[in-house]
Amino acid sequence: MSDLNKLTLTQALEKLDRKQISLTDIYTDVNQAIDQNNKKLNVYLNLQDHPEKIAQSQHSHQLKGLPIAVKDNFSAIGLPTTASSNILKDYYPPFESTVTKKIKQAGGVVIGKTNLDAWAHGSSTETSDFGRTLNPRNPDYLPGGSSGGSAAAIAGDLAIAAIGSETAGSIRQPAAWCGTVGLKPSYGRVSRYGVIAMASSTDSPGPITKTVEDAALLFTIMAGHDPNDATTSANTVPNLTQELNQSIKGLKIGLLYLDVPGLETIKPIYQEQIKVLQSLGAVVEPVQALDPHYAIGVYTVVQRSEVSSNLARLDGIRYGQDRSFFGAEAKRRIMLGTFTLSKGYADQYYNLAQKVRTLFIQDFEKLFSQYDVLIAPTSPGFAKKIGSSQGAAMFGELEDMLLEPSSIAGLPGISVPCYKDNQTNLYLGLNIMAPMFREDLMVRVADAFEKNTPWNSWRNNS
Amino acid sequence: MATIDQNTIKHVAQLANIPITPSETESLTHDFIKTLEVVNQLQKISVQDVTTTHQVTNLKNVLRDDEINHAKMLTQEQALANAKNTHQGYFVVPRILTK
Repeated sequence: MSDLNKLTLTQALEKLDRKQISLTDIYTDVNQAIDQNNKKLNVYLNLQDHPEKIAQSQHSHQLKGLPIAVKDNFSAIGLPTTASSNILKDYYPPFESTVTKKIKQAGGVVIGKTNLDAWAHGSSTETSDFGRTLNPRNPDYLPGGSSGGSAAAIAGDLAIAAIGSETAGSIRQPAAWCGTVGLKPSYGRVSRYGVIAMASSTDSPGPITKTVEDAALLFTIMAGHDPNDATTSANTVPNLTQELNQSIKGLKIGLLYLDVPGLETIKPIYQEQIKVLQSLGAVVEPVQALDPHYAIGVYTVVQRSEVSSNLARLDGIRYGQDRSFFGAEAKRRIMLGTFTLSKGYADQYYNLAQKVRTLFIQDFEKLFSQYDVLIAPTSPGFAKKIGSSQGAAMFGELEDMLLEPSSIAGLPGISVPCYKDNQTNLYLGLNIMAPMFREDLMVRVADAFEKNTPWNSWRNNS
Repeated sequence: MATIDQNTIKHVAQLANIPITPSETESLTHDFIKTLEVVNQLQKISVQDVTTTHQVTNLKNVLRDDEINHAKMLTQEQALANAKNTHQGYFVVPRILTK
């Protein structure tokens, strides 16, 4: 057996269960892939020493000791948590995030902490204070971000599954650009406790995986009410693995944003994807939604404002370096948020943005009264070339434009690879969005869709 | 509409406690103007009678029991472990009052 690092989480669990492979075999291949590629791709900032030793004591648990890559904004005991910033370059958290605690309790091993845009501010992983990550599908291109390291860990098979976090695109956009699956849960479904705070009213941890079924499994482990995060919901967490291999016949699907200017070249590709869903018995109709350009303004103001408040705690006294160590992007965001919250401007910017946010929530309520799920391109195009984000103050907002409306409304979504460009080896993703706390619906559609695309042969051949 | 110039940027930097260089002041002024151009598009939308969204969970008054949670307590050693400057079990903070 070789290339065991390429196994999906579900495949690895089955093979371990049947004793066809051993954990040692998996770790040998994963460690080898890391040795060969991590330096070049800059996926992991810090790696766990001898993860296979920790794994051996976990084999009786649900995740059986398998290696999970975790974005470096989750506090995890034993490794530094840097948020890819010079300020926290030597910070060792004295407590564990709820998500990593749940992953560890379920038998997962945090094999390493992955690169991100510093403080998760960005959509390229180029604003990391520790250098950019390259896209494993084609290293001339960016992996997207901010969870670019976690998406690259999965695309490059440097882990079996990964964890990321999203405010508006930071799981799904890198998942699409790297050709992986990314699931952003409803806001409040997964605890933010121990995640370096970015935009508190939208931050949502979620899985980045090789398949929809892997994402469903990790979601079920990560999700649930947490007394340490007062915004988590007490709603019952659906067992998403029960939504796999189900019929989507008769489901009503609304198709959004294909007529947004700039999407002309990818529009025909997505029109082809609709046929896959129709062939499975779903009813797909194009539908008009509030112009996503307005969501850019809402997200920019809300996110910067919350960033300026959250990052005010970094004073270099109790931990970390002082505020002169902030990189250019963090300075830009903290200062803009300070401005939009300042006396005389809060009404004009912050309060106006929060009112337009209400209009987006109402628009989605109306759409979901007519449709079970909504679909749209994850990103306006393929991954951009390395260097593209530099000097572009609004790079992320424009790349995440199609994800911002549903994110500011708190809604869940999952990006599934739907198209491969054979010349560049780059992918496009289909974003499937559902009403609040209806991850079950979107996963049912995502799984049915994925299993009717060539995804599994693409994934294994590249 | 707000007019942004280098004085605005210097004032905001002071409010945010971010040290910036003259060249950063210049580039940040440019970035602010570009970003606010996008944000100002929101002025086109009518928000009369629209309520303000501050959170999307609809949860209200989530309170915890007023009890010590021993599982979340740090030892003095743990609390100080990441500090650059400590003195006899305390954090050392910069002086803010002048003599």
